[in-house]
Amino acid sequence: MVAGIPDPSRIQADTSKEVVYIRPTKGWVPLNVKELFLYRELIWMLAWRDILARYKQTIVGVAWAVLQPLVAMIVFTVVFGKLAKIPSDGLRYSVFCLAGTLMWQYFSASAQSSSNCLRNNVHLLTKVHFPRLAIPLACILPPLVDFTAGFLVLMAVMLHYDYYPTWRILSIPLFLGLAMVTALGIGLWLSALTIEYRDIHHVLPFLMQLAMFASPVVYSSSLVPDGLRQFFGLNPMAGVIAGFRWALFGTPVAPGPPMLLLSALMACAILVSGAYYFRRTERSFADFV
Amino acid sequence: MSEPVIRVENIGKRYSIGSQLGQPKSISDTVQGYLQSPTRLLQHFRIGPPTELLWAIKDVSFDVYEGEVVGIIGRNGAGKSTLLKVLARITEPTEGQATIRGKVSSLLEVGIGFHPDLTGRENIYLYGVILGMTKVEIDRKFDEIVAFGGVEKFIDTPMKHYSSGMYVRLAFAVAAHVEPDVLLIDEVLAVGDAAFQNKCLGRIDAISKEGRTVLFVSHNIPALLSLCSRAILLSGGTVTADGKTREVLDTYLEGIKEKSELPLFARKDRRGDQRLKFVGFEMRDWQGVEVGSLVSGQDVTLALKYESSDGEPLNNVHVELELYGKFHESLCQLSTNFHQVDFQEIPAAGAIELKIPRLPLQAGRYMFDLYATVSGGMSDYIQDAGALNVEPGDFFGSGRLPPVGHGIFLVQHSWSVASAEDCSQVAYDV
Repeated sequence: MVAGIPDPSRIQADTSKEVVYIRPTKGWVPLNVKELFLYRELIWMLAWRDILARYKQTIVGVAWAVLQPLVAMIVFTVVFGKLAKIPSDGLRYSVFCLAGTLMWQYFSASAQSSSNCLRNNVHLLTKVHFPRLAIPLACILPPLVDFTAGFLVLMAVMLHYDYYPTWRILSIPLFLGLAMVTALGIGLWLSALTIEYRDIHHVLPFLMQLAMFASPVVYSSSLVPDGLRQFFGLNPMAGVIAGFRWALFGTPVAPGPPMLLLSALMACAILVSGAYYFRRTERSFADFV
Repeated sequence: MSEPVIRVENIGKRYSIGSQLGQPKSISDTVQGYLQSPTRLLQHFRIGPPTELLWAIKDVSFDVYEGEVVGIIGRNGAGKSTLLKVLARITEPTEGQATIRGKVSSLLEVGIGFHPDLTGRENIYLYGVILGMTKVEIDRKFDEIVAFGGVEKFIDTPMKHYSSGMYVRLAFAVAAHVEPDVLLIDEVLAVGDAAFQNKCLGRIDAISKEGRTVLFVSHNIPALLSLCSRAILLSGGTVTADGKTREVLDTYLEGIKEKSELPLFARKDRRGDQRLKFVGFEMRDWQGVEVGSLVSGQDVTLALKYESSDGEPLNNVHVELELYGKFHESLCQLSTNFHQVDFQEIPAAGAIELKIPRLPLQAGRYMFDLYATVSGGMSDYIQDAGALNVEPGDFFGSGRLPPVGHGIFLVQHSWSVASAEDCSQVAYDV
């Protein structure tokens, strides 16, 4: 090499360029949150696509978001409130159960949509690279629109029956966040499992129905027998719904903050384990969907 | 030598096909399976590969340097798409390693992620982000993308109202404005009209002039010749030639020719369950006499000899023959169901005869594929099963041979002259 003439390999070696290594991986792999962060716009775009598509298709789009919890409230009030006379922590049953239903419907919609997300995005999985975690993540956002619409209805119903929100209402994002974490965790597990077990998709609505009765949607967690109550928090949605009612009405979170803490821990455990399981299964998605 | 932009080292990708472990299963199947044979539970702990394995690509190695446009060629099933999918990080390799320096963008299909209910504008953003652009980048290039796609008027119309041509144009317009260091393209140019295809080829050319590296899978040989300085030939999942495009293409076409010269019964490279198996073919002239080559303009018969695997008559048989030209481009397909004459029942062995009246092909050599299904299931599929040699003939019955070198097909036609009065007469009659 003649002095003064730069080595061409030095010019080419552009250190600013990212280097992609493609090699087989085995077993558990890191979550790669950094790459997921780089693709945050994609998550928004996918969520935005689903929101636009959903509300464009039907004129009743938004009305539907309002109707669903209202109809559920009326049915539950008649069946559980009037006929079965389930106590509701001293609240008017309709308001009590509307709050539970609203949160439950958010969770159920998010969990179901993220569980089915891989089946619904096969064309993306087989044709383009991006962090696969973006798909289930994007799925838990659109149901927030319905939740917001429903929340306004809830507020109207509360004011109508003279329930006035207090400062506690500020803690709602916390409980909603916990519901999102739980829904995403369940979605990650089930979507990865659907790759191997197709019929999860058929069982899912049924499972959700069962899970609803295992959560304090139409009844209060204070009805759960003492011996069982501390375990009730193992169901993250038990903590979420009890906490949501506390934020709205100031009803006690039976049996107190430990249950909330347990629910929060469970939600995080489901999310983290789900994310790792999803990443572990991810490598075969494109080959098997 | 500078460092390669793409370095592929002994990449292999294995698929398990038809095995119980590989197939997606249902819970009920699984539970039932365990009840029937409890030992199956052990399979989950078994180390070692499941039974049926297929290496889509194996021991593939090559380097690509900055600014190169490399064509990847090979027959269907040679592993081209698998290779691209591995490099695009859609699927993981089973072994080996690849290193890519810079941002990779892949175009394995145009318009993935397009949503029919969203407008053209909304879809540009969605697709752009899917392809790895940022919103800011799309804002900046938006007008350019719309102009390239030529859909200005419909930009706020939902895409479900777009024609398929507009759909493809808009999709490619977005894709063409992604600015990766490495672009992987799979056969996306097979869509769209000729003018648009040329525009796309021009764009790919421009991309490479900017110093970007392009890997390009295509069956469009003229396009490969004009775009790619280098080509890699894959056959059976391995690299069998790598070099100047012209030379690699010659190797490719030569390979096809050699293969097609093997007698049909000796061919091993066939797919399907072989319930019907093609074992030979004969060309016959208008008198039914076997010939070595056909003559333009004569009535000809191709006899496709077959056998059934179990010696039983075959039901509901459907046969196709696809004809290819000089560059191995598809010319036409001849199929039994074009005339709704799929055979209800045919004997266990015999010949399926295909008659072509007044053979409308120019002199030359034409490769063909054979394909048959029995009761809906693929039975036999042989690529480049054989070749038709066509000699010049008096197609038009004028006593002269049509000049060669002008197209592929000969078309029956007539000419006449009408005087000015006749023309106006006709016009007035209408």
